[in-house]
Amino acid sequence: MQIFTMTKRALANLVGKPATLMYPATPAKQYEISRGHVIIAIEDCIYCGNCQRHCVSQAIVVDREARTWEIDRLRCIICGVCAEVCPKDCIFMEPDYPPSTTGTAMEFVQGPPAPPKAEKKPKAEE
Amino acid sequence: MGNQIVVPFGPQHPVLPEPIHLDLVLEDERVVEAVPTIGYVHRGLEKLVEKRDYKDYVLIAERICGICSFTHSVTYCNAIERIMGIEVPARAQFIRTIWMEYSRMHSHLLWLGLTADAMGFENLFMNAWRLREEILDDMEATTGGRVIQGSCKVGGIRRDISDDKLGEMVDHLKKIRPLLEESNRIFTHDQTVRHRMRGLGVLSKEDAWDLGAVGPTARGSGCDMDVRSSGYSAYGELGFKPVVFTHGDCLDRCLVRSEEVLAAVDLVERAVAKMPDGPIEEKVKGNPDGEYFAFSEQPRGECMHYIKANGKKNIVRHRVRTPTLTNIPPLVKMLEGIEMADVPVVVLTIDPCIGCAER
Repeated sequence: MQIFTMTKRALANLVGKPATLMYPATPAKQYEISRGHVIIAIEDCIYCGNCQRHCVSQAIVVDREARTWEIDRLRCIICGVCAEVCPKDCIFMEPDYPPSTTGTAMEFVQGPPAPPKAEKKPKAEE
Repeated sequence: MGNQIVVPFGPQHPVLPEPIHLDLVLEDERVVEAVPTIGYVHRGLEKLVEKRDYKDYVLIAERICGICSFTHSVTYCNAIERIMGIEVPARAQFIRTIWMEYSRMHSHLLWLGLTADAMGFENLFMNAWRLREEILDDMEATTGGRVIQGSCKVGGIRRDISDDKLGEMVDHLKKIRPLLEESNRIFTHDQTVRHRMRGLGVLSKEDAWDLGAVGPTARGSGCDMDVRSSGYSAYGELGFKPVVFTHGDCLDRCLVRSEEVLAAVDLVERAVAKMPDGPIEEKVKGNPDGEYFAFSEQPRGECMHYIKANGKKNIVRHRVRTPTLTNIPPLVKMLEGIEMADVPVVVLTIDPCIGCAER
């Protein structure tokens, strides 16, 4: 049995740097593959709806006719499945978290109008 | 003989991290009987399996528990893979093992901190959690998440760890190993810790066996039972030996966990040294048809996933038995005859996780 076992560590902590980050003055730690939130490069999207079908929490709604992509940030569990299944690789995971909110957090992305010729091609690829 | 009174303990109580309710029958200050009640945080995750694709359900299985999350997803995947006869590539098995050991380290360090906090040793509490943060940083750098990794899938894993990163992880573990050893030494030898926990809440080996204790609760009582000995994932190739203590009191349950952190560091180092090359996932075609019981050793003890599937994309029945549920009868036994003031520490030593016990 020993006493003062913690003293050495406590003294080292006293003179050492703080172990915690002074957030928000110092930004939080982030890594390349940290999963923060999902973004889409809508100009590359072919509106195939793969992300909607594979979304575990049913947070994504894709409308092919209206050319829109919608995500409910509060439903999204940031698993990254949509980014994996996207055939065009136009969905990405960003490492920073979305800002906090008190209401709903629907994000609505309107794609550019389809050129009349280009519309048929993506359908053929599917 | 004094009058008997009943004191309700929980579900909301300052020392309890989780909502378990105990009706303590007291005689003076001594507990005569404890009647546990659970059912405050049922979420119905098992029922959800009928509504989701079996491949997507991995992410829900992971959310059964916020601490042993990765082990839940691996156990679920093991069950599906055995039903479908999928051979998981060796590299995927090794990386799964590494992540499972990382989650064991962070779970045990979290628990050691909570225990230090429960006995009022704030300095030790902060020390344990600071070490846990180092482990979580490595987790996030390799999986993208701190406690919900989302990196397991049926047939393998989602993300590979590069060999450089594996080397970095081992270097980092070598760097924090002296700190973990120092923390282990404090838990083993410090007078405050020993005075608070030695001889408290004793569970004999026979009782532990009869009442179905699992995990560190059983190993602290001298039962040499650990599912990792069966060699699932890559444990069979790593020369795994369970950590067993024999007194069966609170201190021994604490020491099992403290030693297991160091054992986990060894296992990770051995797994990295033996890491095979190759693919990280196997293509999965079709749907499962059949049933299987998969077992795994979580930080808290033995966990079982039962899956029954009928060849459709939705599974018919998914049943999870988590270690906390099996550790409640031994807990009731431990509580008999102790002082009221010791109840929080004894309840903590089974590492209760009611969130996963009720799912």
